[in-house]
Amino acid sequence: MFDTPHSAIDERLSDTKIAAKKVQVFYGDTHAIKDVDINIQPRSVTAFIGPSGCGKSTFLRCLNRMNDTIDICRVEGEITIDGEDIYDPKVDPVQLRAKVGMVFQKPNPFPKSIYDNIAYGPRIHGLAKNKAELDEIVSSSLQKAGLWNEAKDRLDEPGTGLSGGQQQRLCIARAIAVNPEVILMDEPCSALDPIATAKVEELIDELRTNYTIVIVTHSMQQAARVSQRTAFFHLGILVEEGLTQDIFTNPQDKRTQDYITGRFG
Amino acid sequence: MTAVPFIILLLAAIVGYAINIQAARAIRSGGDRLHSLEHFHGLFSLLLVVVPALTLVLIWLALQGSIVDGLVMSSLPSGVLDGLGSGQIQLIGAEIRSIAGGRIFGTPENWKLEAADRLLGYRQASGWLLVTVVTLMSLGLIFFARSKVAAEFRARQGVERITLWLMIFCAVVAIFTTVGIVAALTFETLKFFQRVPVTEFLFGLNWEPQIPIREDQIAAEGAFGAVPVFLGTIVIATVALLIAVPVGLFTAIYLNEFSPTSIRNVVKPILEILAGVPTVVYGFFAILVVAPAIRQFGQSIGVEVASNTALAAGGVMGIMLIPFISSFADDALSAVPRSLRDGALALGATRGEMMLNVLFPAAIPGIVGGILLAVSRAIGETMIVVMAAGLIARMTINPLDSVTAVTVQIVTLLIGDTSFDNPKTLAAFALGMMLFIATLVINVFALRIVRKYREIYD
Repeated sequence: MFDTPHSAIDERLSDTKIAAKKVQVFYGDTHAIKDVDINIQPRSVTAFIGPSGCGKSTFLRCLNRMNDTIDICRVEGEITIDGEDIYDPKVDPVQLRAKVGMVFQKPNPFPKSIYDNIAYGPRIHGLAKNKAELDEIVSSSLQKAGLWNEAKDRLDEPGTGLSGGQQQRLCIARAIAVNPEVILMDEPCSALDPIATAKVEELIDELRTNYTIVIVTHSMQQAARVSQRTAFFHLGILVEEGLTQDIFTNPQDKRTQDYITGRFG
Repeated sequence: MTAVPFIILLLAAIVGYAINIQAARAIRSGGDRLHSLEHFHGLFSLLLVVVPALTLVLIWLALQGSIVDGLVMSSLPSGVLDGLGSGQIQLIGAEIRSIAGGRIFGTPENWKLEAADRLLGYRQASGWLLVTVVTLMSLGLIFFARSKVAAEFRARQGVERITLWLMIFCAVVAIFTTVGIVAALTFETLKFFQRVPVTEFLFGLNWEPQIPIREDQIAAEGAFGAVPVFLGTIVIATVALLIAVPVGLFTAIYLNEFSPTSIRNVVKPILEILAGVPTVVYGFFAILVVAPAIRQFGQSIGVEVASNTALAAGGVMGIMLIPFISSFADDALSAVPRSLRDGALALGATRGEMMLNVLFPAAIPGIVGGILLAVSRAIGETMIVVMAAGLIARMTINPLDSVTAVTVQIVTLLIGDTSFDNPKTLAAFALGMMLFIATLVINVFALRIVRKYREIYD
């Protein structure tokens, strides 16, 4: 279940990719996230678990400022990536989102060809100087997302024509194509069948060597399978955060224990 | 008097409903299990009474007038109608009816006064007969419906079946009306083409819908080439769309993606008000404000501008179409799933890039459908062009010139002394037919586009 040796994880403990301090989120008058402090480590998978409505997705969307697109949403506190405050007025959310990619609950390929889906990000950010470079980005992204063999002969076909699992890997490839440092995943497997889920989980495990991954999941088995660290949210509060193994075998908080053992949620 | 049968019907319906509900309740309190709920038994009686009796009353009232008239005319003393033409006989009938109505002009002959008395008598008799028949029929139906009430009786299915047929009838009314209109139009159009060759109408470049008033009048031969008329409509519609499409689209894009909620909440209702302005008011606006303004501006820069330009009519029509297009485009943009917006934004697209590359392509079928519907409204629009466009058909595409439009010509051809057997009047039907075909084709095309691409993203 936990194939990463302990020593390897401990080594990374020292450095921090994303740090949140006293983060509050309000939807209108609703206080959705209360005083969340968390450090997320680079090149590892961090899972957010918790019952529905506990704020884990809301917090995830703070990390690439997707909450900015919701009028009534207000974020307070400090979130830094590599030490830089992402809510600083000088930060352009558009550039931030190029650095922090996101994969959504429901696969959402654009109604364009597979090629154009992948090429969209690099095009708007001017990452390729010419067609050959763009081709290279598309094929390497598809390879990294494990979709190359299935898609290489049908790059011109619409992305919406793929199966659900393939669409989700296409969305992951699309996120990879802009060369992000962090990938946020909001329940990426909840719309997929078990076989497609297994493939995506495998992919997440491979990606962690190059990217910092934060994944929100409803499935505790999934959190246990793919993540190195786990954070448990409940009613907008970060209850407990630690090594996945510790959270699942030796939770410190009663609420975590109740949730893990299936007493609520 | 006419109201009496309807009141009887209403009472019968209430009574039937109440009786059946009571009967059903009695069965239930007697311990039996009813198949249908009580109110279905009531509704069954109500529908069973109202539908046939109402049909009878309506048919009776529709036929009563002509039957009574026929009776009166055939009862006139022999000889008075001898040697009269059909028109004169109709006149006598009308005179008798107005005497019966109390409007007596001059001193009518005695036989006319007697006929008027008979007319009143027949009408009254018919009224009483109707009341009697309706009462008996209602009573019979109430009893019949009451006799059906039983624990096992499937009143719900009965009600559903009657309702289903009522719905089918309503749906068919619209279809038959359309068919009737098309048939009438086709009929008159064919008559027109017997007098004027189809080729001249479709390809002729000269539109002078005159007919000789006297047999020996010289140089009065009309010309019925519809091309300049349609050209006028096309010029005006083009001007209108050149204004409405960009303005409407940008309005929709702004409201949909960029505007704060507060502005959206103000602008949306205003656009809806704009959509509700009667076209005749737009017509005022066109002739009193826009046309003089364009003319003045033209003179100030030394351009000759006609007083009723295609630009004024088309421009105002464009303003009328703005809310139409913007609401269609807004709907189409809103229909694009939220997840696509999020996907683009999460890749680091700006809102503009997202709109241009993702939302707009996904919404284009709906937008195109809306524009095509706007086109068919523009070419069918009547009031604005009647008020603001010209009457003379010219072969020109200059929007600063005065042009006419198909709808304007139809209106002018049918206004005034018309007889329905000359090409001038019949030409209106031919124009109407062409307009109908054009809007039909565009609408079918638009709806097909909208429908074809609608389900793709779900």
